[in-house]
Amino acid sequence: MAMTITEKILAAHAGREFVEPGELINVKVDVALGNDITAPVAIREFARLDVETVWDKNRVIFVPDHFVPNKDIQSAEQAKMLREFARKHSLTNFFEVGKMGIEHCLLPEQGLVVPGDLVIGADSHTCTYGALGAFSTGVGSTDLAAAMALGETWLKVPESLKFIYTGELPQWVSGKDLILHTIGMIGVDGALYQAMEFCGPAIENLSMDSRFSMANMAVEAGAKNGIIAPDTTTWDYVQGRAKRGYHFESSDPGAKYAQVYDIDVSSLSPQVALPHLPENVKPVEEVANTTIDQAVIGSCTNGRMSDLREAAAILKNRAVNSNVRLLVIPGTQDIYRQAIKEGLVETFIAAGAAFSTPTCGPCLGGHMGILAAGERAVATTNRNFVGRMGHPESEVYLANPAVAAASAILGRIAHPREVE
Amino acid sequence: MELKGKTWKFGSDVDTDAIIPARYLNTSDPAELANHCMEDADPGFPAKVEAGDIIVADKNFGCGSSREHAPIAIKAAGVSCVIAKTFARIFYRNAFNIGLPIFESPQAAESISDGDQISVDMETGKIVNYTKDEEYQATPIPSFMQDIISAGGLINYVAKRVKTDV
Ligand code: SF4
Repeated sequence: MAMTITEKILAAHAGREFVEPGELINVKVDVALGNDITAPVAIREFARLDVETVWDKNRVIFVPDHFVPNKDIQSAEQAKMLREFARKHSLTNFFEVGKMGIEHCLLPEQGLVVPGDLVIGADSHTCTYGALGAFSTGVGSTDLAAAMALGETWLKVPESLKFIYTGELPQWVSGKDLILHTIGMIGVDGALYQAMEFCGPAIENLSMDSRFSMANMAVEAGAKNGIIAPDTTTWDYVQGRAKRGYHFESSDPGAKYAQVYDIDVSSLSPQVALPHLPENVKPVEEVANTTIDQAVIGSCTNGRMSDLREAAAILKNRAVNSNVRLLVIPGTQDIYRQAIKEGLVETFIAAGAAFSTPTCGPCLGGHMGILAAGERAVATTNRNFVGRMGHPESEVYLANPAVAAASAILGRIAHPREVE
Repeated sequence: MELKGKTWKFGSDVDTDAIIPARYLNTSDPAELANHCMEDADPGFPAKVEAGDIIVADKNFGCGSSREHAPIAIKAAGVSCVIAKTFARIFYRNAFNIGLPIFESPQAAESISDGDQISVDMETGKIVNYTKDEEYQATPIPSFMQDIISAGGLINYVAKRVKTDV
C-alpha cells in the first residue's frame, strides 16, 4: 500500500507494515524534549510514576531556553528543577547557559535529531525537525512525562496535505515567506490535526535554514507536523553532525492526500503577518507605511546563520533608525561564535543594534525586549497573538530577517530593496 | 456524570497566550495560574468565573504553544468543561491528559449565548441548554481517551502500565 512519508515514519515506529489516517497507534520515540517552562511540570508528573529512572538518559533532552539567563527568582527555580533532574538521572543532553541555544535551532545543529526520527517535544515548535525528514510534533508536559518513563507515546495518524511549490524564488523571499503565504492561504486551522508535506522544485532549491523556518511554522496552521523529504541538501547538513544512524524516507507514488495545493512562488513578495494572527498575511508593499518601535531578529524560526547573514548584509554601513530598538538574538552558541568570526556581530553593533546571548526572550514576551502598551514590533518570530511580546495592547508584525533589518533602518515596515 | 453550569462565550482562535500569558509562566502553580486565566481575552474573567462554569468558544480553541499551563489554569479556575467548534490538537491532548473534559460541537458553539445555563452528559456528549430550551450533540469522546479519563489522567494510566510491565 502506498504511504506518505509521515505514514511511513509512523508505521516504522509502531512496528507496523502499514498505517492509515485516523488510526490510534502506540509509537516508540527517538527523542523526548522539554524546556524550562514545560519540563518542570513533566518532572512533577514523572515523580508520580513508580519508575526509578528515565527510559534513556541520552534521549531525554532538556534545554532551558525561554527565561534564561534567568530573569527572576521564579524562573531560576524552574531552571534549577531541570538542572537537578538532569544530574540525578545523568542526562547527557542537558544544555546549560553558555552552551545552550533555542531548542529547535540547537537539536538539529548538534545532530541530536536526524532524518527518519520520531520526536516529541513539550513545545509546539517541535515540528521544526520535519525539515530534516523526521516526524516531530509538539505535546504537553504530561505526555512528555509518560515518554520520559516509557520511551513511547500514543498518536493518531494524521491525514496529509501536499503543498507543491514551483517557480524560482525572487530576491529577498525565503522559506519564511513561503510559509507565511501558505498560512495566509489556508488559515490558522487550515491544517488542523493534519500533516503538511512541502515539496516541489522551489523546496528542492531551498536552503536547510529556510526549510527549518517552514516546518517550524506548520503548527501555526494547526498542523500536527510539517515535513520535507530529505535530499542532497539534507545530506550535506546531516553529514558530520548526526549522533546516530539515520534514514531517508519519501512518499510513495500514489500515496493519499486529503488535499493538494499548487503554489507558484515566482512573483511572491516578502510577506508580513499583521496582528493578531499569523494568517493575516499581506505582501510587504501593502503595509510599508506602518511605523515601528522595535525590530527583533532571532527565534527558532529565524535565528540561524543565514538569517543573521541576510540581516547583516542589509545593515552593513547603515544605522538603526533613532525611533527603533533593534534586537538581534542568535539561535545557538555555535551561531553566535560563527557570527563573531564572520564580522556580523560587529556590523550589528556598529549599526546600533543590541546583540544578545541565545534565548527565546522577547519571542514569547518573556524578557529581553518586552513591548509597552501601544508599541509595535516587526519580528522574525512565529506568533503575533495579543500580548505575545508584552502588553496586550502592543502589536507584532511577523516577517523575514531582511524585512526586519530594512524596517529597523527606515523606522517603518519596509521592503529590503528600499535600502539596497 | 453530568456537568452543569453557566456559560462564558469566546470567539475563534483563542490562543494559549490569551488563556495564560507567558509573563505568568515563571510558575506552574495551578492556583497562581488560575488568577490570570483568560486574562488577555477578558481581563475580568478570573474575578467573574465561578466553580462549575463552562467555557464555550468557536473554532480552534487553544491554538499556539504547547503549555499545559493553559488547561491547568482553566481547570484550577473552576471551569468544569470547555465546549468548542474545534480544538487545536496539543490543547486537545493536554486537556484529556490533565483531566479537563472538552467537547467538540459546532452546533452548541453556535447556538449557546453568554450566560446560558447548560448541562453536558460526559458519557453521551448530549448538551442541554435550559435557557434556550435546546439540545445539541457533541462528538463522543474516543474510547481510548475515555480510558485515560477513567484512569484519572494519563499519568495514572501509564502508572498502571508500568506496574503490569514488570
Ligand atoms: S523562540 Fe519563541 S517560538 Fe521558538 S521555542 Fe522559543 S519561545 Fe517558542
